Amino acid sequence: MSAATTNQSNTGQPDTKVPAGNNKAPQPPAPRRRNSLAKGHLPRFAIPGIAAGSLVLGAAASTLTGFSVATMAIYTAIIFVLAASITTTAVEGPRRGKNSLATYLVYGAFLLALVPLASVLFTVLEKGLPGINMHFLFNSMNGVTGAVDNASVENGTPVIGGAYHAVVGTLLITLWSTIISVPVGMLTAIYLVEYGKNGPLARAITFFVDVMTGIPSIVAGLFATALFAVLFGPTARMGIVAAVALSVLMIPTVVRSTEEMLKIVPNELREASYALGVRKWRTITKVVIPTAISGIASGVTLAIARVIGETAPILVTAGLANNINVNVFGNWMATLPTFIYYQIITPTSPTNIDPSIQRAWAAALLLIGMVMVLNLGARLIASLFAPKKGR
Amino acid sequence: MSKRIDVKDLNVYYSKFLAVEDVNIEIQAKSVTAFIGPSGCGKSTFLRTLNRMHEVIPGGRVEGEVLLDGDNLYESGVDPVTVRSQIGMVFQRPNPFPTMSIRDNVLAGVKLNGKKISKSDAESLVEKSLQGANLWNEVKDRLDKPGSGLSGGQQQRLCIARTIAVKPQVILMDEPCSALDPISTLAIEDLINELKSEFTVVIVTHNMQQAARVSDKTAFFNIAGTGKPGKLIEYAETATIFSNPSVKATEDYVSGRFG
Repeated sequence: MSAATTNQSNTGQPDTKVPAGNNKAPQPPAPRRRNSLAKGHLPRFAIPGIAAGSLVLGAAASTLTGFSVATMAIYTAIIFVLAASITTTAVEGPRRGKNSLATYLVYGAFLLALVPLASVLFTVLEKGLPGINMHFLFNSMNGVTGAVDNASVENGTPVIGGAYHAVVGTLLITLWSTIISVPVGMLTAIYLVEYGKNGPLARAITFFVDVMTGIPSIVAGLFATALFAVLFGPTARMGIVAAVALSVLMIPTVVRSTEEMLKIVPNELREASYALGVRKWRTITKVVIPTAISGIASGVTLAIARVIGETAPILVTAGLANNINVNVFGNWMATLPTFIYYQIITPTSPTNIDPSIQRAWAAALLLIGMVMVLNLGARLIASLFAPKKGR
Repeated sequence: MSKRIDVKDLNVYYSKFLAVEDVNIEIQAKSVTAFIGPSGCGKSTFLRTLNRMHEVIPGGRVEGEVLLDGDNLYESGVDPVTVRSQIGMVFQRPNPFPTMSIRDNVLAGVKLNGKKISKSDAESLVEKSLQGANLWNEVKDRLDKPGSGLSGGQQQRLCIARTIAVKPQVILMDEPCSALDPISTLAIEDLINELKSEFTVVIVTHNMQQAARVSDKTAFFNIAGTGKPGKLIEYAETATIFSNPSVKATEDYVSGRFG
């Protein structure tokens, strides 16, 4: 679009140069000369016009095959891409035609990728919002039985029972897994970049970190269960076991993102620090890490966002609780994903499942909200810690 | 506050590759010494051995002796950190720390080492160092702004201020003006002339006029061919090197018939 307008301004300027020192009778304005550098260009309304036409044609084609919004969108898109690029080729030449074809295909791919995201957000908002209220946010499922749900359905009263215990569990377990994995992951990355120097140990660590990235989450859960079974007996299920399982999943992500961030710190800064007589570990802690901290922080936040929605490893490590448990070192705990899972699979009241489904969707909305807050937090952290520019 | 450097039979390696061979040179205290020579002849590599920065590069090692007022830098038991706090270095590209303000950049050598410094001492050190680097008047009103906001020439002078703030004996400069415009270059050259009264200065430069302008003695390095080690060809008073060199290769190089 902007290319087209630039083009327009090229040809739009009439050649009005008058020879200097010419003070005879006023001449008629020089005839509008065609710029030999400019090619033809579509008028500004052409592309929107083609789009409108494609919409009409698409709707018509869709009606022929049984109308639906999806087929109409597909037909419209195909007709528009073909018509617009053919028109552009005809008027502006083959290079611009190819350019517009590629541009529209890229836009199309982007819209296609956006469809599932928008759909998920819409569905979760639609089904989850009715269940979100203060009662849901600040109450657990303790004491909520099938009879309670049956009563609320029969009497038409609001649904009793909430996800407070699951929110607390999610936050605590994620917090503890962050506490475990950030130091381990960051120190590993520091070793790899600053000390390992691509030696055999560093290459072995890189290899195993890559392997860890591919571990299925349920395997991480089984590992943590087995580890704690050896240490504390076979029935040891508590929040910290889940935190260990999640940190197994988090560590490789933290290592990778920290490693990439440390690698892009220019070597000149390290050398500048060494040349001032600063020791290596102080160079790392005072120069290298502060320079990379914004990237590291956002990498860590994204790693948290990745594990916060894990279900399987929580089920086998922290079990499931209906009551509020703020102690990660004792008793079973619930998290939002396991809460959703159990509300759907084993509704509290087998005969009236609607309250359970409503709670599940509301919890899903909460979970998505938490992940979004984390992602926004990552951006905020990145911009807060970024090296200051300006004069 | 300046010491002399004597180099004896120094060979510099990158892993197994001999980069600079058999250098013997005496650098006087409170003088400016310039290293000139074609690209890749090992001037910068050699310069970096003078404050043990060469070994920062993986595989970098040396054989031979570098004596700072008679003390060998490469004796076992010598801490490279001590060496570098006595022999400072300014690099080709200005590299102020991007996370720090101008003030913190100047104080970096003190603060990063975890030394305690009182506020008034810090202020006077910042002012003295920036004045020493001819930068004080330009930045005194914005000491808390980031150093990366300065122009290239100002950044380079900030790096020099940072270097002299740790009160070294010797300052090494690796093509300090190659990324700067002529006016900034002139500012740095004037500064080098002033630094001479307090420090021993060693400068690597590709600009022969610059070597002629700023240095007391000049060393010419050359390389026989790709893959061969660089060598110190001739070392003499700058005037001699540029007007009456004793080696043919030096004459060819300084007169522009070569390299």
